[in-house]
Amino acid sequence: MNTFKKGGIHPKDNKIYSAHQPIVECGLPKQAIIPLAQHIGAPAKPIVQKGDKVKVGQLIAEAGGFVSANVHSGVSGVVNKIDATTDAWGLRMPAIFIDVEGDEWVEEIDRSSDVIRECNLEPKEIIDRIAKAGIVGLGGACFPTHVKLCPPPGQKAEVLIVNGVECEPYLTCDHQLMLEHGEEIMIGIQIVMRALGINRAVIGIEKNKPDAIARMQELAQKTLGVEVKALKLKYPQGGEKQLIDACINRQVASGALPISVGAVVDNVATIYAIYEAVQKHKPLFSRVMTVTGKQVAKPGNYLVRFGTPLTQVVELAGGVPEGTGKIIGGGPMMGRAMNNIDMPAHKRTSGLLFLPEEESRRGIEENCIRCGKCVSACPMGLEPYLLSRQSELQMWSEMEDHHVMDCIECGCCQFTCPSHRPLLDYVRQGKATVGGILRARAAAKK
Amino acid sequence: MNLIVISLLVLGITGIVAAVLLYLIAQKFKVEEDPRIDQVQEVLPGANCGGCGQAGCRAFAEACTKASSLDGLLCPVGGAPTMEKVGAILGLAAVAGEPKVAVVRCNGSCDARPRTSEYNGAHSCAIMHSMYVGESGCAFGCLGCGDCVAACAFDALHINPETGLPEVDEEKCTSCGKCVKACPRHIIELRYKGTDGQRMVVKCMNQDKGPVAKKNCANACIGCGLCAKVCPQEAITVTNNVAYIDYAKCVVCRECEPQCPTGALWGMGFPERLTKAAKTAAPTAQATPAAEGGDEKFDPAIAAQIQALKTPKAVFPHCLHNA
Amino acid sequence: MNKLIVAPAPHAHSGDSVSKNMLLVIAALMPAYAVSLAAFGWGALITTLISIAACCLVEWLIAKFLLKQKPTLCDCSAILTGLLLAFNLPSNLPWWLVVIGAVVAIGIGKMTFGGLGQNPFNPALVGRVFLLIAYPVQMTSWPLPQGFAGRYVDAVTGATPLAAMKQIVKGNADLVSQLPDLKDALFGFMGGSLGEVSAIALLAGGIFLICMKVITWHIPVSILATIALFAWIATPEGFACSHEYILYTLLTGGIMLGAFFMATDYVTSPMTNWGKVIFGIGIGLIVMVIRTWGAYPEGMSFAILIMNATVPLLNKIRPKLFGEVVKK
Repeated sequence: MNTFKKGGIHPKDNKIYSAHQPIVECGLPKQAIIPLAQHIGAPAKPIVQKGDKVKVGQLIAEAGGFVSANVHSGVSGVVNKIDATTDAWGLRMPAIFIDVEGDEWVEEIDRSSDVIRECNLEPKEIIDRIAKAGIVGLGGACFPTHVKLCPPPGQKAEVLIVNGVECEPYLTCDHQLMLEHGEEIMIGIQIVMRALGINRAVIGIEKNKPDAIARMQELAQKTLGVEVKALKLKYPQGGEKQLIDACINRQVASGALPISVGAVVDNVATIYAIYEAVQKHKPLFSRVMTVTGKQVAKPGNYLVRFGTPLTQVVELAGGVPEGTGKIIGGGPMMGRAMNNIDMPAHKRTSGLLFLPEEESRRGIEENCIRCGKCVSACPMGLEPYLLSRQSELQMWSEMEDHHVMDCIECGCCQFTCPSHRPLLDYVRQGKATVGGILRARAAAKK
Repeated sequence: MNLIVISLLVLGITGIVAAVLLYLIAQKFKVEEDPRIDQVQEVLPGANCGGCGQAGCRAFAEACTKASSLDGLLCPVGGAPTMEKVGAILGLAAVAGEPKVAVVRCNGSCDARPRTSEYNGAHSCAIMHSMYVGESGCAFGCLGCGDCVAACAFDALHINPETGLPEVDEEKCTSCGKCVKACPRHIIELRYKGTDGQRMVVKCMNQDKGPVAKKNCANACIGCGLCAKVCPQEAITVTNNVAYIDYAKCVVCRECEPQCPTGALWGMGFPERLTKAAKTAAPTAQATPAAEGGDEKFDPAIAAQIQALKTPKAVFPHCLHNA
Repeated sequence: MNKLIVAPAPHAHSGDSVSKNMLLVIAALMPAYAVSLAAFGWGALITTLISIAACCLVEWLIAKFLLKQKPTLCDCSAILTGLLLAFNLPSNLPWWLVVIGAVVAIGIGKMTFGGLGQNPFNPALVGRVFLLIAYPVQMTSWPLPQGFAGRYVDAVTGATPLAAMKQIVKGNADLVSQLPDLKDALFGFMGGSLGEVSAIALLAGGIFLICMKVITWHIPVSILATIALFAWIATPEGFACSHEYILYTLLTGGIMLGAFFMATDYVTSPMTNWGKVIFGIGIGLIVMVIRTWGAYPEGMSFAILIMNATVPLLNKIRPKLFGEVVKK
C-alpha cells in the first residue's frame, strides 16, 4: 500500500464520533451573514444594495481580481445592510446581511435529485461555469478552483488527483460525501478531466475508510481512466505534495507547483461542487461540515448554507457540550481555535471540533533536548528545531536559507516534540515574515 | 644546561621572527582611515542599538565623519550632550534635536478590558496578533506578552502585573525605537519628552465605532471628538474613530483632558488627572490620582454604564500572562 | 460558557514527553542492572544509589540556588545520568569518589551549560573520565564478580578481559587462553564496571529502545559495524579466527553500553540520520584506535566525548529536502 515517503506522524484518528452519520440539512437562519472574503485572494465586491431582494443562488458579490471568487447568496430575502461582522477570531470582516424570507431559488438551478451524466461542454465553458459558481478548494486552503484549472502557459496537466484522504483526525465530511454522492463525484471527476484535456485520474483514500474505498472502486471500474488508490494511514497525506507523492510517486520540487509534475489536485468536496455547478447550475452556496467532539451530543455531518450562524449548526448537534475548553474550526492538526461561534458558516468552515477542557491546554514547555524527532517527522525535510529558534531570534535570511517557505504548516513537528515546544508557532511566524520579505524583494525587482 | 639554552634560543628566535612577520603584514595591509572615526566612536554610548538608523555605533561614527553637517544625525541614546561632543571633535555645530521618549498608547488594563478568552500559544505578541484578536475583544490594544520588553536593550520597559500593560521607565528610555518596531499592533510611539516630561497622549488606538470600542474596553477612545473641538492649537484630529494628538503642535495646555468621557486622553507627567468633576468643583482637591484611574472622572451616566460593564466580570484570574 | 482557550494549531500532541523518554531508557537499563547486581552484589547497589542521589541533589542545588531556575528533577534526566555514571564505575569505588563523580557530571558536565539540553558533552562520561584521570588506581581496580557474597569494601579484585586483550594486541598471543569464555562474556560474570558485565542484557535493552522509538538504529549499528570491520581487518595473532576477535571486541568493555545508551544520548548526538551514521563511525574508529595503539585498554568514553565535540558540525548536515531545490 502506498504512502508518501518522508516524515509524517500517526495521530489517533478519532473519526468514530461522526463517521457514517448521514448528511443532515441544517435549517435556514433568520438572518444570514455572508462574508465577502471566503477564499484566498482579493475579497469579492458586493453588487447588491440595501433593500434589494435576492434569491437562493443569486450572485451577490463579484470576484475582485483574477485570484478571487464569486459569492452567491445561500438564502432568499432582503439585503439588510453591508457592514463589518466579527469573525471567529474576533476580527472584523466585511459581509452582506440578508433578512431571510422564504426559500426561493434562482430558476435555472436544477433542484431535482436526478444524476445528470451527460456533459458535452467545451473545456473553456466548463471552467467558465466553475468560475461563475464561485468554487474554491474546499479542502482547507480555499484557493479559487478555476485558477487551478488554468495551467500557466508551457505547462500541461497529465493527471488529476482527487483528495479523498481526509487525513485530519475527527473530520468525516468528505468520507460521508463519498458514500452518499460517489456517483456525482465520479461525474465531477470526468468533467474536470474533460476541462483539463486529460484521460487519467487517481482518487487517493486512506485505508481507514474501507467502505468509501469499496464504493469508489466499484464506480471507478465503470469509468475509463479513473483509478482508486488505497493509501496507508499517515498524516499529512492530504497535503498536496504528499498526496502526489503517495498517489503517483512524483515529487514536486521545492518552490514549484503541482502542475510542474503534471498533477492537479482537487478535494472530493470541490469535485462534488463542480458537478453541481456544471450539471445542475447550482453555484457554491452550501457545504457539508462535520460537527464533532468526544462530548458532543449528536456529532454528525451537516449540510449548511453559507451565512448560517455556526450557533445554529451547533444547536442541531446538541449544543456546546459542558466543559468545552476549545472550539476548533477544522481538524485538530491544522484547524484554528476560535474565539466565539457567532460567526456564519462559509466556504472555509470544514468542521467544528469541541475539545474538552482537559485536552485543550498544551503541555508545559521544557528545554529542547535535541532529540531530532521533529526532523524525522517533518514531511518536507526541514529542521523545525532550528527554524523555530531562528524565528525567535529573528534571523530571517538564515530561515530563508533553510527553506522555511517549504513549510506546509502541518504541525507534525509540534505534535511529536517531547518538550512541548511551540515549534510551529514560531516557524509559521517566521514563514510569514520571510514571505513578506520575498514579496517585497520581488516587487523591488519589477 | 645545554637543553635550557637551546630551548630558550629556539623559542626566542621563533618569537622574534613571528613578531617581525606580524609587523610587516600589519604594515602591508594597513587601511587608511580617518582617525576621527575612532574619536567619535569613543564618545558614543557603544550600545549598538541602531536607534540612529545606522547599523551600529561604528557606522554612525563613520556617517558623522563623512557628513558636512550634523543635521539629521542624532544619537538618541546619548542625546544632545553626546552630539555636542561629536560636533566638537568634527568641528561641526551640533543640531539640537528635541529628546523623545517611548509612549505606550493603550490603557486597556486588566480591570477595564474584560478577557474573553485564554491564549495558550507561544509567548509572543507577534504570534498572538497573527492568530486572533487577543484575550480581550479589542483588536487594537496591547496583547501583553511583552515583545517590546524583550526588544528593549536598556531595561526601560516592564510589564506591570497589575495592569498587564508595559510601562516605560522614562529615565532609562533612550528612544531608540526598537520597541516601536517590535510591537505588532504599533501601540508604542516615540513622542517629544516635553518640558519636565509633561505631554498629552491619547492612550488608545481602537478604531472601532464608539459603542463597540467601549464594550471591549472601558478606557477606550470612542472617537467623540470633544477633545478636538476644544483644542486651541488644532493639534487633535479624529480619524477612524480615534483621536490623535500631533505632538509637534501640542502646547500641553490641558484644555482637552477634562473633556474626555472615557479618560482615554491623558496628561502624562502631571501629579494628578484633570477630570470634568474636578474642573467644575475645586480643581486640586478632588482630582483622581492617575494611578488609581477611578470612575469619578466620568459623567455619572457613563460611569454607571462602565460600572455595569465591569461588575459581572470583575475578577480576571487569567489577566494576561502575569500568572 | 467558560472562557475559551485559543492557541495556534496543532491542537493534538503525541503524548511524548522528556520524562517518558528518560524513564524508558532507565527501564531499558534494568536487565543489565539486574545482571550486575547478581555479579557484584552490595557494591553495585550502594554505588548506584549514591550516584543517583548525588546527581539529583547536585542538580537540585544548582538549579535552585545558582541558576534560580525551576527545579527540573521531574524530567528524570538526573536520575538517568546518575544511573549511567554508576554503570561506568567499578562497584567497589569508595563512596566519596562516586559523589565527586556525580558533582563533576552534573555540576560541570551539565549545569554549567544551562541544564538539560544545553550540554555539549555526555555528563555521565564527563564524570567518569574525570575520575579515571584523577583517580586512576581506584578506577582501574576491578572487583571480581562474586554476587552478594562479595564485600563492598576491600573486595577481591582482578584483571578484566580488557587488560588481557590489550596485551594480546601488543603481541602476547599466549594470553588468549586467559580470556573468559565467549559465553561468559555474553551473559556477564566477568570483572569490570557495572555496565560492562552482560552484553546480552544491554543488547536487549538497546533493542527495546529502538522498538519503542526512543532511539534510532543509526548510531548503535554504525558504531558496532565500524568496530567489527576494524577488528576483522586488524585481528592480532593468537585468535583462532577473526570472528572470535570481533566477538571478544564487541562483547567486552563498554562497547554495548556506549553504543546503545551513552552515544545515543539525545542532547549530545546529531539530529539527522546521516549525521548519526558519521557520528557512529567516528566513535567506532576512535575506540579501536585507542584500544589498538593507545595507552588505555578501553576507549569508549574518550571516543564518545571526542565525537560529542563534533556534533555542532555534524548538525550542519541537512536532511534531504522533499523534492529537489529549484535552481534559480
